[in-house]
Amino acid sequence: MNSEKQYIDLYHQANDLICRHSAPLMNAHRQEALEAFQRLGFPSKQVERYKYTNVAQIFAPDYGLNLGRIDIPVNPYEVFRCDVPNLSTSLYFVLNDLFYDKALPKATLPEGVIISSLGKACEEFPEVVKRCYGQLARPGKDAINALNTMLAQDGLFIYVPRGLVVDRTIQVINILRSDVDLMVNRRVLIVLEEGAQARILVCDHALDDRNFLATQVSEVFVGENAHLELYELEETHVKCHRVSNMYVQMQANSTAVLDNITLQNGQTRNRTDVQLAGQGAEVHMNGCVIADQKQHVDNNTLIDHAAPHCQSHELYKYVLDDEAVGAFAGRILVREGAQHTVSKETNANLCASRTARMYAQPMLEIYADDVKCSHGSTVGQLGDAALFYMRQRGIPEDEARLLLKYAFVGEVLDSIRLESLRDRLHHLVEKRFRGELSKCKDCKLCK
Amino acid sequence: MEDKNSFVRQVAEKKYEFGFTTDVQTEIIEKGLSEDVVRLISQKKDEPDWLLEFRLKAFRYWQTQEAPTWGHLKMPEIDYQDISYYADPTVKKNQDAPKEIDPELMKTFDKLGIPLEERMALSGMAVDAVMDSVSVKTTFTEKLQEKGIIFCSISEAVKNHPELVRQYLGTVVPYRDNYFAALNSAVFSDGSFVYIPKGVRCPMELSTYFRINARGTGQFERTLIVCDDDAYVSYLEGCTAPMRDENQLHAAIVEIVVMKNAEVKYSTVQNWYPGDSEGKGGVLNLVTKRGHLRGENSRLSWTQVETGSAITWKYPSCVLSGDGSQAEFYSVAVTNNFQQADTGTKMIHIGKNTKSTIISKGISAGKSQNSYRGLVRVAPTAENARNYSSCDSLLLGSSCGAHTFPYMDVQNESAIIEHEATTSKISEDQLFYCNQRGIDTEDAVGLIVNGYAKDVINKLPMEFAVEAQKLLGVSLEGSVG
Repeated sequence: MNSEKQYIDLYHQANDLICRHSAPLMNAHRQEALEAFQRLGFPSKQVERYKYTNVAQIFAPDYGLNLGRIDIPVNPYEVFRCDVPNLSTSLYFVLNDLFYDKALPKATLPEGVIISSLGKACEEFPEVVKRCYGQLARPGKDAINALNTMLAQDGLFIYVPRGLVVDRTIQVINILRSDVDLMVNRRVLIVLEEGAQARILVCDHALDDRNFLATQVSEVFVGENAHLELYELEETHVKCHRVSNMYVQMQANSTAVLDNITLQNGQTRNRTDVQLAGQGAEVHMNGCVIADQKQHVDNNTLIDHAAPHCQSHELYKYVLDDEAVGAFAGRILVREGAQHTVSKETNANLCASRTARMYAQPMLEIYADDVKCSHGSTVGQLGDAALFYMRQRGIPEDEARLLLKYAFVGEVLDSIRLESLRDRLHHLVEKRFRGELSKCKDCKLCK
Repeated sequence: MEDKNSFVRQVAEKKYEFGFTTDVQTEIIEKGLSEDVVRLISQKKDEPDWLLEFRLKAFRYWQTQEAPTWGHLKMPEIDYQDISYYADPTVKKNQDAPKEIDPELMKTFDKLGIPLEERMALSGMAVDAVMDSVSVKTTFTEKLQEKGIIFCSISEAVKNHPELVRQYLGTVVPYRDNYFAALNSAVFSDGSFVYIPKGVRCPMELSTYFRINARGTGQFERTLIVCDDDAYVSYLEGCTAPMRDENQLHAAIVEIVVMKNAEVKYSTVQNWYPGDSEGKGGVLNLVTKRGHLRGENSRLSWTQVETGSAITWKYPSCVLSGDGSQAEFYSVAVTNNFQQADTGTKMIHIGKNTKSTIISKGISAGKSQNSYRGLVRVAPTAENARNYSSCDSLLLGSSCGAHTFPYMDVQNESAIIEHEATTSKISEDQLFYCNQRGIDTEDAVGLIVNGYAKDVINKLPMEFAVEAQKLLGVSLEGSVG
């Protein structure tokens, strides 16, 4: 229980400081979150959805927090160059948990589209924030939600009003930068109104060789007929811990693509809950995990078919090497009355070493009869026949292995709709398999 | 609509075929559970001290535990003090001819179609008939003895072959295994004991028939099968219970030990009383079944047809320790009305080159909930382990549920594990095709369901397969929407 205690104590000690540097709208939820957190505590491995990740252990070390919101003297625009060729994006940065607004991209957004810090949004668009904040990520439901709501002071706010289409990809880079071990609590609110369209790419990077712990709670609202593409790419290092909870609510006839790629990390736990709330909603989720050394990646997804005629397609692939631990739990819930549901879940995993460990748990829970649901899951290794075939043709064994691994995750990468990102990822993944650090070549930060 | 309703009514009125009770004088001990009760059961069975110790240890452990709640089930609260843990229907034995069975009991088993006397010679099947807590009769024991096969009730085995029982009892399912295993270890009554010596191929099917008769009791049978090197046995289990509007508890343990090159086939047709169409009454079937494949190249297959019980919560499992051992699990689980099933298997791969296959077919109708839950674990030592799992669910009706919860835990890179699952309903096309050829919808559904379950039913021994097919039909009648 000590892990919980340090956060509760911290909250009691620094309550004033936290509230002073945050918006009243966010402060209004803190007391409830504290009570929920005290009641829930960190989930043990006995809790079904946290079976594969020891959350309390992740939170146990003593991290610093930047509650006083001290500025970090880095201008990310100057030092950071994203190396995705041909990808012209509107680029934004979140430094630790501060939205960087000292310089903003020159390209203008369509009028009415807002990308700003959540704190600012609380002042400028209180009605939107009030309507959405804490509505999906209820503190009472989950300890991570509670902790994040208790401590988060700011975050990212993306709002696309009715009928507007954002052509240019919105790119958000989360940068972890600190001279001491640091915990950051990010909060993300994405609201797409009726008929809106947006494409968002979120990348996680860490600059310093420090222990980092990032909690992130995202609430995503996709309105009727809206279309959202959200790509999350994690490329940090072995000392980074990420605990993310994302809640997505989709209204009638909306579509969403939620891709999650973990290339480099320490310990990662991603929970994604998607609720198909309106008829005809459709969600595509793709995930790709490449882990070696002692990395730990746990993706836990829930697709809740609450309305009829919805579709969900889920594809997750893992490649595990060394002593990496992978976990995938995907639950598909088809509620009573959600007829004509089409749902397909696929999870394939490759263990490349004796000590790698994979937990796979695809689940179907179905309460309606006129549905078409299937799931498939495999755990295996590279085929000897394929290796032999390639070696026979003069490809060295290492190269052959690499090619096969690369081809294995290719299915996920090919399903990425953002073309320039897809090409870039092919390149990054290949580099990753070659054991080269996945640096972007023009980026001064990683060097 | 009119048609449908009349049919539903007709079926609803159709009684559970085996729901009668037998009017036989039964000695039932006081309700309640305490150390004294455990001692009393042990004393009634005239057991040696080591077994009493085993029971007491289990009971003390059970007291420290809480009932598990993780199943996808809505369990009624079980009052363990409101159950009688021992009921003996053979008490009114004729003192002069102790081998005679009460004619009432004979009639019961006759009615159930279990051959105990004259017909047994024809059936070619050895039967151990267990009513409530006591084994009524075991047939063919002498004939089997010629081959060195021991087939008797576990109480007899404790008396006649204590060394064997002591060597194996509780080694596959230890009393600390789970809540219900602890309970069973404390209060278990009769079940079958089978020992097949080295190199012997059991010439006939062995079978146990379980029947709950007395009111307010539970059945806690314990079965132990040991198949020594190069031996083979096929074992069948069947069960029924009378219709009562209270829930009756059935918490059994089945332990199977398979040695080198030996093979065991274990088939179950479970038809405990499922409760009425309102979900009242029915048997709570909470069973721990596990096989330990100890020897090299040993084989074990579980085949189960689950049509009865208000609640079925069991995972017949295999621990594959022997190198090259193979395990199979075939299951058809049918739930109708308010029945709930959370069943599946566990395959624990420990030895090298071990192989397991899981074929599970779930059929849900009415307002029932049917879950498959399975674990495939590959230990670091299990080189080249191979598993194939396939779970299909069929939904009949819009208020039932079908769920799949497979768990895979792989710690060896040479393992190949595959799992696939589908959920669907009977397609309009299939029904139309049958209708077009003059098969009415009700029969067409039966036909399609039987075809769907064929993979599993084919694995059953002949006599059982026929019964299972009939059962599938009966269980699903009236469920076509």
